[in-house]
Amino acid sequence: MNQIGSNQPTRAFDEMQDAAGVRAAYAGIAGWIARHGVGALAAKRTEAEALFRRVGITFAVYGEGGDPERLIPFDVIPRILARAEWDRLARGLTQRVKALNAFIADVYAGQEIVKAGRVPAALIAENEAFCRPMIGFAPPAGVYCHISGIDLVRTGPDDFYVLEDNCRTPSGVSYMLENREAMLRLFPTLCSDHRLAPVSHYPEELLETLKEAAPPNCTGTPCVAVLTPGHFNSAYYEHCFLADEMGVEVVEGADLFVEQDVVYMRTTAGPKRVDVLYRRVDDDFLDPKVFRPESMLGVPGIFGAYRAGNVTLANAPGAGIADDKAIYPFVPEMIRFYLGEEPLLQNVPTYLCERDEDRAYVLANLDKLVVKLARGSGGYGMLVGPHSTTEQQAEFAARIRAKPQDYIAQPTLALSTVPTLAEHGIASRHVDLRPYVLMGKEVRIVPGGLTRVALREGSLVVNSSQGGGTKDTWVVEDGTGFDGGSPSQSQSQRQGG
Amino acid sequence: MLSRTADSLYWMGRYTERAGNIARGMQVALRMSGLAGSLGGAHDEWRNLLVAAGAEPGFKATGRAVAAEAVIGWLALDPDNPSSIANCIEAARGNGRAVRTALTVDMWEALNDTWREMRARSASAAGADALPAFLDWVRARTLLFNGAAADTMLRDEGWLFVHLGVMLERADNTARLLDAKHRALSGPNAEGGLAYAEWQALLRSVSALRAFQWLYHTRLEPRLIVELMLFRSELPRSLISCHRRVLHALESVADRTGGRRGDPQRIAAEINDALLKGRVEDVLSRGLHDWLTGQIDRNIELGNSIQSLYLNG
Repeated sequence: MNQIGSNQPTRAFDEMQDAAGVRAAYAGIAGWIARHGVGALAAKRTEAEALFRRVGITFAVYGEGGDPERLIPFDVIPRILARAEWDRLARGLTQRVKALNAFIADVYAGQEIVKAGRVPAALIAENEAFCRPMIGFAPPAGVYCHISGIDLVRTGPDDFYVLEDNCRTPSGVSYMLENREAMLRLFPTLCSDHRLAPVSHYPEELLETLKEAAPPNCTGTPCVAVLTPGHFNSAYYEHCFLADEMGVEVVEGADLFVEQDVVYMRTTAGPKRVDVLYRRVDDDFLDPKVFRPESMLGVPGIFGAYRAGNVTLANAPGAGIADDKAIYPFVPEMIRFYLGEEPLLQNVPTYLCERDEDRAYVLANLDKLVVKLARGSGGYGMLVGPHSTTEQQAEFAARIRAKPQDYIAQPTLALSTVPTLAEHGIASRHVDLRPYVLMGKEVRIVPGGLTRVALREGSLVVNSSQGGGTKDTWVVEDGTGFDGGSPSQSQSQRQGG
Repeated sequence: MLSRTADSLYWMGRYTERAGNIARGMQVALRMSGLAGSLGGAHDEWRNLLVAAGAEPGFKATGRAVAAEAVIGWLALDPDNPSSIANCIEAARGNGRAVRTALTVDMWEALNDTWREMRARSASAAGADALPAFLDWVRARTLLFNGAAADTMLRDEGWLFVHLGVMLERADNTARLLDAKHRALSGPNAEGGLAYAEWQALLRSVSALRAFQWLYHTRLEPRLIVELMLFRSELPRSLISCHRRVLHALESVADRTGGRRGDPQRIAAEINDALLKGRVEDVLSRGLHDWLTGQIDRNIELGNSIQSLYLNG
């Protein structure tokens, strides 16, 4: 397995500026900043905030008391990808999602990939995300992960890595849409000069994808709805936003009932049959008759309706088997196995501590690696080698020796940076990218995705709960981005630093 | 429209209106209990209000004696009284929040600011000297919400359910306020200076003291007061005005839900019919309290039928 930690550049790759100067895709925005200065940028930020509040583009956290509507920080400097870069990513994403979907289908059918010895049987059978009730059932159109969010990081001009796949209920797409709306209002000329690939048709593509997944017993135009856990959920705003944009109802479990394996929603005009549910409720809570019996969020009998071919659940229950941390290292193998192709997108090299060879390497290089629990999420039980003490490393060495199968390790990546408006002018901040991949009868990807930015200096953490913000992501045609502004004409160029 | 959404909008309307109505009732009682030698004493004043507000059983269960301070606390702030002003505001806002996207910004702000200010007010907000200002504030906030809804909301099914909730609650309230004063309007006590003061306070509570003069040009008298509050369509808070709008809202809902009609339309039409044909002489000869009790029961019946046809789904 390649080790990319050793040949890391000492400084992170900056997407706007490399040794040769401003990179082509960023020429337009660099010119704008040079001509207008940081002050103008700060003014745009203020304007953006007012805009988000006025138009109602707030990401609501209706806490008890205080400001009920919180704004997730939005940075006005866009993250830009050249068309050629994006096309390459899009091909890789399509390939990857097709393989993930094929893997899920295989897991709940013959498990050919296990029989071929490419994935260990125990990784599936003992996996918490493995959903037994799905065995032997083929969902409509053979689609399991209708909506996936693939988290990418970049370390160099041509080096993109998949950090994580999200095949359950990935969120954040509303930020992608609203960030673009904000940019179009704040920088109309700059945007039109760049000929940006549009993103605003995402809800239509989503609706089309969901309709294509209509169940076999649906005749006529499918009735689609968004199933939300309710208004206390942190992504509730997004659920309502997407439903609104698609022109469909957003429903809670209690709004639905099942009679003779058919799902209905309760309306003022009486029961109305529902064909496709874009569900943002986790597997465990979907149906108290099949999963957690105490769940109040789900709909009793909905799984039976699903298996009877009367309703489609998107994404399919059990799709999470494909985005499990312990499964992740096998995705390149899936691509070879199911598609007979070489992976276009790289995985971050991952060491499985249960393998003797990998474990020996991990134990010898704890100061350079990130060690994570193979299952479970969040920062719990995580060791960031370069930032750790020798005591912590010793403690982790003991833990790994005791339960090697629980741990994986990865090199620390030098995430790329994009200039960002910080407190004292423009500064480099680390970013990642989450494109949203839709899979119906065909694969659809809206160009770009959600760029998350770690607003704290040096931080690699892009989560909004820990000081993360977002940027608009531009995919620009090659040869655009030069809007004719010559940096040397500008008095305020030095402020652009 | 989803039944849950309709349910939240309807109850948001009812609870907002109820908060204002409790305040109106308390203002009458406050004014009367300040008068020396009122009928049966200040004590009765508060008991009547408890009964009118349907809050007597809950209050009794607390074991407290019926005295001004205890009743005021119960009606204004007590978290254990589901219809206290504080709880009405909490419930209205909770319903609005659950269907935030179905409200206009103006409606949400009216609702949310009321809730925030209510929480910021200390327990002493309903203390003796602060009470009149507090009750005025509650009335003003209800008027603001109703204005925001009337002026900014799209006239779709959502509006109809908010309006339905407000109007049914208001009809119910007018009947209850009148019932709380039935002794001052009929029977042996229905004359004299004190009774007169009672009548004034009652009319004030439905913002109708001046309206009475404009319509009748005469001294207050029970027969006319009862007629005004039950049967005069010029008065927006009269029973007939409210029920006319309830029926209209229910017919519009039926038109928008595929023509499906049921008990709500039938009961509302019957109530309207009875009010149209109603004569004050018949009401008084049957007995005002008896007639109003029957009316309040029908309101409850109507509310239940709306709940089961539209809101429970």
